[in-house]
Amino acid sequence: MNEMNAIELKNITKRFGSVVANDHVDLTLKEGEILAILGENGSGKTTLMNMLSGIYFPDEGQLFVHGKETVIRSPKDSFELGIGMIHQHFKLIPIFTAAENAVLGLDKDKKGGIAEVNKKIQELIDKYGFDLDIDRKIYDMSVSQKQTVEIIKVLYRGADILILDEPTAVLTPQETEKLFAVLRNMKANGKSIIIITHKLNEVMEISDRVAVLRKGKSIGTIETKDASVDKLTEMMVGEKVALNIDRSEPVDPKKCISVSGLSVRNREGVRILKDISFEARSGEILGIAGVSGNGQEQLLEAIAGLQKYESGEIKFYDENGNETKDKLISFVPEDRLGMGLVGNMNIVDNMMLRSYRESKGLFLNKTGPAEVAKKIVDSLKIVTPDLKTAVRRLSGGNVQKVLVGREIERNPELLMVAYPVRGLDINSSYVIYNLLNEQKNKGVAVICVIEDLDVLLELCDRIMVLSGGKVTGIEDARTTTKEKIGMLMMDSGKGENE
Amino acid sequence: MNETSVKQPLFRMIKRDDVTKSQAMCVRLIAVLLSLIVCAAIITGITGESPVNVYLGIINGAFGNPNRIWVTIRETAVLLLIAVGLTPAFRMKFWNIGAEGQILMGGLVSAAWMIYGAEKMPNGILLVFIIISSAAAGMIWGVVPAVFKAYMNTNETLFTLMLNYVAMQIINYAIVFWEKPAGSNTVGIINSASKAGWFPKLLGGTYGLNVLLVLIVTILVTIYMRRSRQGFELSVVGESSRTAEYVKIDVKRVIIRTMMISGAICGLAGAVIVSGSSHTISTSTAGGRGFTAIVVAWMSQFNPIAMLVVSAFFVFMQQGAIQIATQFGLNENASDIITGIILFFMIGAEYFVQYKFRFGRKKEA
Amino acid sequence: MSAIIIFIQQAVGQAVAILFGASGEILIERSGNLNLGIPGVMYMGGISGLMGAFFYENSTENPVPFVGFLVSVMAALIASAIGGLIYSFLTISLRVNQNVVGLSLTTFGVGFGNFFGGSISKLAGGVGQISVKSTASAYTATIPGLSKVPVIGEIFFHYGVMTYVSVIAALILSWFMFHTRTGLNLRAVGESPATADAAGISVMKYKYVATVVGSMISGLGGLYFVMEYLGGTWTNNGFGDRGWLAVALVILALWKPVNAIWGSFLFGALYILYIYVPGLSRGQQELCKMLPYVVTIIVLIITSFRNKLENQPPAGLGQAYFRENR
Repeated sequence: MNEMNAIELKNITKRFGSVVANDHVDLTLKEGEILAILGENGSGKTTLMNMLSGIYFPDEGQLFVHGKETVIRSPKDSFELGIGMIHQHFKLIPIFTAAENAVLGLDKDKKGGIAEVNKKIQELIDKYGFDLDIDRKIYDMSVSQKQTVEIIKVLYRGADILILDEPTAVLTPQETEKLFAVLRNMKANGKSIIIITHKLNEVMEISDRVAVLRKGKSIGTIETKDASVDKLTEMMVGEKVALNIDRSEPVDPKKCISVSGLSVRNREGVRILKDISFEARSGEILGIAGVSGNGQEQLLEAIAGLQKYESGEIKFYDENGNETKDKLISFVPEDRLGMGLVGNMNIVDNMMLRSYRESKGLFLNKTGPAEVAKKIVDSLKIVTPDLKTAVRRLSGGNVQKVLVGREIERNPELLMVAYPVRGLDINSSYVIYNLLNEQKNKGVAVICVIEDLDVLLELCDRIMVLSGGKVTGIEDARTTTKEKIGMLMMDSGKGENE
Repeated sequence: MNETSVKQPLFRMIKRDDVTKSQAMCVRLIAVLLSLIVCAAIITGITGESPVNVYLGIINGAFGNPNRIWVTIRETAVLLLIAVGLTPAFRMKFWNIGAEGQILMGGLVSAAWMIYGAEKMPNGILLVFIIISSAAAGMIWGVVPAVFKAYMNTNETLFTLMLNYVAMQIINYAIVFWEKPAGSNTVGIINSASKAGWFPKLLGGTYGLNVLLVLIVTILVTIYMRRSRQGFELSVVGESSRTAEYVKIDVKRVIIRTMMISGAICGLAGAVIVSGSSHTISTSTAGGRGFTAIVVAWMSQFNPIAMLVVSAFFVFMQQGAIQIATQFGLNENASDIITGIILFFMIGAEYFVQYKFRFGRKKEA
Repeated sequence: MSAIIIFIQQAVGQAVAILFGASGEILIERSGNLNLGIPGVMYMGGISGLMGAFFYENSTENPVPFVGFLVSVMAALIASAIGGLIYSFLTISLRVNQNVVGLSLTTFGVGFGNFFGGSISKLAGGVGQISVKSTASAYTATIPGLSKVPVIGEIFFHYGVMTYVSVIAALILSWFMFHTRTGLNLRAVGESPATADAAGISVMKYKYVATVVGSMISGLGGLYFVMEYLGGTWTNNGFGDRGWLAVALVILALWKPVNAIWGSFLFGALYILYIYVPGLSRGQQELCKMLPYVVTIIVLIITSFRNKLENQPPAGLGQAYFRENR
């Protein structure tokens, strides 16, 4: 074993049911280096890292930490090996201070009290050049300060291997610069660091080496100085794979909806969408590409009327091109059981969610929804014991068929779907693709957010790319290339504030 | 996804995914039997009587003579009515533990009509006023915390709880004016001679109208919950407010509307108690039934038949306990202990309806 | 002047039981459990203490007040710990809804108190009205000399030992919650059990210990009421709604035991204010008794404006925690 390796993963495989999240992955982190892990959504980066942080346990493979083969069974094991992971979703108590969060659950140095802890944490802050007021409560902090607290928490617990999962996703360019300065400082102090990211320019800027994952497999690790943006993109997206999705020419496309200058802020006041403008047409599928969390969710919700927006306009048009308020919009949200369906209700009741208002008088008409439910179950071959089964008991694919089936059954003029095949097996996925195509051929305007670039390229007519909450390009799906879309997705909009 | 556990414990609890109704009933029955055994053991321990005698005493107390049977039916009806009233709120996951207060306010208004309205109008009209205004009073008492919940997300559990005691003081205030005889600090039986505002005899029994009213309300609420659009809306809000917003349900409106209904029925229960059985008003008019009904509604999972059975069982045990208390020279609060023990067992049973023991290592998921 | 002193003394007398109850409930709620069984637990503590003292005094010729004191305290602590254990087992291990369990525990506890309170003399062979004069004397004893000092002594040193214990307990709890690491962990459990779990804190253990210890503290409130306030006797439902006032006080105190000290005095004062306000009619007196609850509702509404996060209920309050949900 090479003593110079902080972490070495050999042949790691992890399956979730029939899905292979990591397929015999090898990875090496050298002592005192910054390693970037690059890959699309669903390429298995986070799963791999979760095996280092003790959240998952690998099905196969070996794991070496500082040259010694080890088994990590729990977050505690991981932490005792000096591995600290900074997750995308912070685990902090809002009403506590940084120091209080850092010492939570620790047994050691209980004697000193909070004053002693504060002193040590101040030392850490000074040593690495963090920008943090230790007496401030978490709820008063910006996202970047919260992230700082997470890093300090890990350092305070003695980690010398740090894993950062998409740390810059929530940061402004200035904050990113500060974070990178801190990372370089930590590297200078002998820490080994893994950073998961999508942004190529950041990879080039901060890392010593880059490891690329694609569809659960390790594609290779190269020195950053030998890498170029083109080369990394190619490694990441790979060759175009033919999927054989039937794509017809758009049928008489007409403007159905136009969005102009749309901006949305989230509850923390961070701008999620910035000045979005595009139009979608009837009889065509508009794909939305982009790393998840780049505003896709907010965009669809804003169109569906579920998200307040700060500025901009959303206009709908009828067949004659006149503006109309009256547009039947169907929406398949990402969170199927938390938003689109009620898990504890049966299929019929879930059908009724959309149609119950149409019942005449005070009472519910259950026969209508029951017929719809039966029709959908039959036509989409939904596997369920009966129509009275609670939806949450169905498999993921069948849940999605119930949801998509219901939304299509409304005969929408605009159909929006978010991650329609996430968690679905191949067959169910094709059922969904075909349904989307059918709708397109019926003259419905379809907007879909899909992670898989190959699918986007074969299914859609046009592809709009979102990055950093902005539209970085709208491409013709028939002529564009995977590399081009990949580049647009990585476009972090340099020099932009907020 | 839970693969973090290192040690495999000797046994684990796993979630039952496919509990049939009969299995669930079985678990609950076992719990009831266990609670009966424990209760008997305790009573036997205290009194030295044989458990058989104890249970004969209980049965005697609940069904020993026609009068006792009627009392048992009356009490069951009231408890059922309150539980039915709480059902819409709970289905919406709104913790209305203010039924006590809503009942008291309904009872207060009923008593007021009986006192001030007697001999000014025919009894039938008086009764109509009593029923409508008691429901209105309960509704007002229920809607206040709902408004605050809807618009300010004020904790409804604590709010409704506090309103119970505000209602009690209002009752105390009213007693000052209605006191009879003077200095007793009680209202006494209202209109004991004229019986104005009393529920009339119906269906051959003193409490026929009580039973009829409760049945009507139970059926209406069942239909409302299962067949009406509003009932569907409140279920969706209870399950997931995000989904409710997704299908454009006005969540605030549903919260307020549902609590109006819930409060109104509890207020009506106040009328059923005051006009229909006690014919007086005091701070113990609700007598903790607002709390017991919460458990009844929760355990019955909103099923009206189950609610009837559970209510009947509680009342049976309580009436029985009162009987054995006198029979064996104990005090009547024995019934509360017994109720408490039964509650603990039946509450605990709900866990075993959902989970089962599994020994040894878990299978790979 | 003397009327004011008596008013203060009476208000303190009312406050102590509520303070014990609220302090215990704050500890419990800080672990994320909304224990509506506290009124029942206080009844259990009160009657058990009384029974302990009663059986001790009946078993010996010359009861020693101090021994009676110890016996009654132990009995009260054990009984209220059992109440807390029942609640913990059902809500933490069996994950049953906290409100349902709490209300059931109150039904049980109040029944338990009234049943044994009403039957204790009969059970003991019909000795008539129970009275534990000897033990009660240990509770009501004041510091000789000091309590007679005009004004200062009358206001501050006129009380039995439990009064001072209640204040000291609240102070210790406050120090524990806000100045120790274990207290920090406890608050983390109440705020976000998932975060606490991830940080290596045993959520189950903290919830159990906090609930049982909190119940024991609350139980002392019942004990105080029976032994000192009532002087070692029992009246059915004599404890009244003080248990619910304790639950209300938790809100007024914004989940901080120190605030409960002055809050309990405020509640005690409001509780008896009607006696001391001159010229109130009986009706107005009854309305006056409503004040503690109205004040609590107002505080509840004000805190829901969410101006300050620290003054909110613990974020995890009322929710069961299972790790699978993480």
